[in-house]
Amino acid sequence: MNRLQVELPGLSLKNPIMPASGCFGFGKEYAQLYDLSKLGAIMVKATTLEPRFGNPTPRVAETPAGMLNAIGLQNPGLEKVVTEELPWLEQYDVPIIANVAGSETEDYVAVAERISEAPNVHALELNISCPNVKCGGITFGTDPKIAGELTRAVKAVSSVPVYVKLSPNVTDVTEIARAVEAGGADGLTLINTLVGMRFDPRTGRPVIANGTGGLSGPAVKPVALRMVYEVSRSVSIPVIGMGGISDVDDVINFMSAGASAVAVGTANFVDHFVCPKLIDVLPDRLDELGIGNITELIGRSHRI
Amino acid sequence: MILNERMKVAGQREIARNIFELVLEGELADEIREPGKFVHVRAGETMDPLLRRPISIADYDDGRITLIYRAEGDGTRVISEKERHGQADVLGPLGNGFPVEAGAPGTKALLVGGGIGVPPLYGLSKRLKEAGVEPVHVLGFQSDDVVFYEEEFSRLGETHIATVDGSRGTKGFVTDVMGALGHEFSVYYSCGPLPMLKAVADGMQGTEGYLSFEERMGCGIGACFACVCRTDTNDPGYVKVCSDGPVFKAGVVSI
Ligand SMILES: Cc1cc2nc3c(=O)[nH]c(=O)nc-3n(C[C@H](O)[C@H](O)[C@H](O)COP(=O)(O)OP(=O)(O)OC[C@H]3O[C@@H](n4cnc5c(N)ncnc54)[C@H](O)[C@@H]3O)c2cc1C
Ligand SMILES: Cc1cc2nc3c(=O)[nH]c(=O)nc-3n(C[C@H](O)[C@H](O)[C@H](O)COP(=O)(O)O)c2cc1C
Ligand code: FES
Repeated sequence: MNRLQVELPGLSLKNPIMPASGCFGFGKEYAQLYDLSKLGAIMVKATTLEPRFGNPTPRVAETPAGMLNAIGLQNPGLEKVVTEELPWLEQYDVPIIANVAGSETEDYVAVAERISEAPNVHALELNISCPNVKCGGITFGTDPKIAGELTRAVKAVSSVPVYVKLSPNVTDVTEIARAVEAGGADGLTLINTLVGMRFDPRTGRPVIANGTGGLSGPAVKPVALRMVYEVSRSVSIPVIGMGGISDVDDVINFMSAGASAVAVGTANFVDHFVCPKLIDVLPDRLDELGIGNITELIGRSHRI
Repeated sequence: MILNERMKVAGQREIARNIFELVLEGELADEIREPGKFVHVRAGETMDPLLRRPISIADYDDGRITLIYRAEGDGTRVISEKERHGQADVLGPLGNGFPVEAGAPGTKALLVGGGIGVPPLYGLSKRLKEAGVEPVHVLGFQSDDVVFYEEEFSRLGETHIATVDGSRGTKGFVTDVMGALGHEFSVYYSCGPLPMLKAVADGMQGTEGYLSFEERMGCGIGACFACVCRTDTNDPGYVKVCSDGPVFKAGVVSI
């Protein structure tokens, strides 16, 4: 019996560790470094109906224990993703979670319908929380009614379970969580980045060409943990937690807060081997903590 | 192959004001096949500063690499405190470097560098010379106190220095020197700030050239789309500086 195994809608995870969307491309680059089959799953880069170039550069800036990004959902578009990127990933024994983005409901529906038919896509992650695009993205993620309706529309066409990725840039994250649960979501992923800024003291201008960017990395971890905790207590669908995870105790803590699995984003830029390293050290850490199966951790804070 | 290695610090010294030469030892050095590639260096062990710093490989041989960089912000300052026998967490070699074979043996190659764009030209110059190509260097700096490696370059070939304030060499920009050289070049290579690359490419129109670009980076390996530049020529209409570059044939990247 594999003590790291986690079963989620559509996803049979050999371990609960997966790279977060946008920090791992479509896997090709990291495949030069290690065997992708080792990962629990892969959340690939956001896919939109048409190819997108994204925002002007600079697109990233460093902040204390974190970074801002305003990539702007650059991606090769649905056609290339389903005919080139996803088939390439089929050589690995790893479930893919396809991150779906758009600016209109029709875009999300069209991408979801086609991408969910790819044999290695085991779940969708609806990105209604990207802070870096002008229309769509976050506007779907800050209004509970719109979020619920979009979820329902995508559920109607998707051939795999649908997870919805929540934005932390709201007053009450549980309200959106309940709305997308009511819309038929099979699970939730959170958090996406927090909208932030950084200025250049010499010019007085924002460092990121887009003005604002999304904050990620260790700096956002306490916020992410709080939101995973709140959301997992207020819904009955599973949560995949993320936001600043970089070491094994972060994994333990996110799962204790209520996550059933976790995603690692920014830390992949700092230590390119962080995911396989976390997978390797998890069993020893479970031993030290006297935990048999990793699933025992899920939401244990709620029971105390 | 790309390695992530804790390289041993074989030495570090300040070679000009705030300009450091860091020599590192490790297996990574033996993976380098061409000059102009870069490494992604983690500054410290903590989460702040968080991101790695891209630094060109100035030179490489026999299990060693040399990095030359300006200690300026939070990350490079921490790197400048590394001492002999210490370690540095290095990912690399990354990207595509300068094609040495673009220079025909027996001909001259022009190498134009500006400020912290000068370092990768050193390794390039050495390889060109080994290949029988005669390097001619034009190196631009802000002022006398930040000039470095003038002697090292001079040993390899004709070397001209330009400083903005005229405190060493020609007063002005690299292009002011280039105009007066009067040589035939089969190829040119350049690394430095964008306005300089543009001026160099404009001045050398008609000659095959290779330019090394800089862009803010996240991953450094092509996965995050932080470092893209628009292009006029290729199919998707963009390139990633980290994995498609940092060196591109002149004309590929829109400048
Ligand atoms: C391919 C490549 C090769 C390079 N080679 C050299 C070299 O050989 N020698 C050298 O001195 N410098 C080189 N640079 C520039 C060097 O990466 C920056 O000077 C350095 O990252 C600045 O870090 P900091 O800690 O001083 O500044 P901070 O202000 O603390 O940096 C904050 C963030 O911005 C990024 N950043 C800041 N300035 C630059 C810049 N000019 N280019 C890219 N990212 C930047 C940093 O990497 C960091 O993520 C190179 C850059 C690239 C892209
Ligand atoms: C450079 C970058 C690009 C990202 N792109 C996407 C994206 O395309 N889709 C998405 O849902 N989230 C995207 N994210 C958000 C991450 O998936 C993740 O939710 C967030 O960064 C928090 O996790 P972290 O602190 O571990 O990075 C991106 C994050 C970064 C840093
Ligand atoms: S730095 Fe991530 S793609 Fe170039």
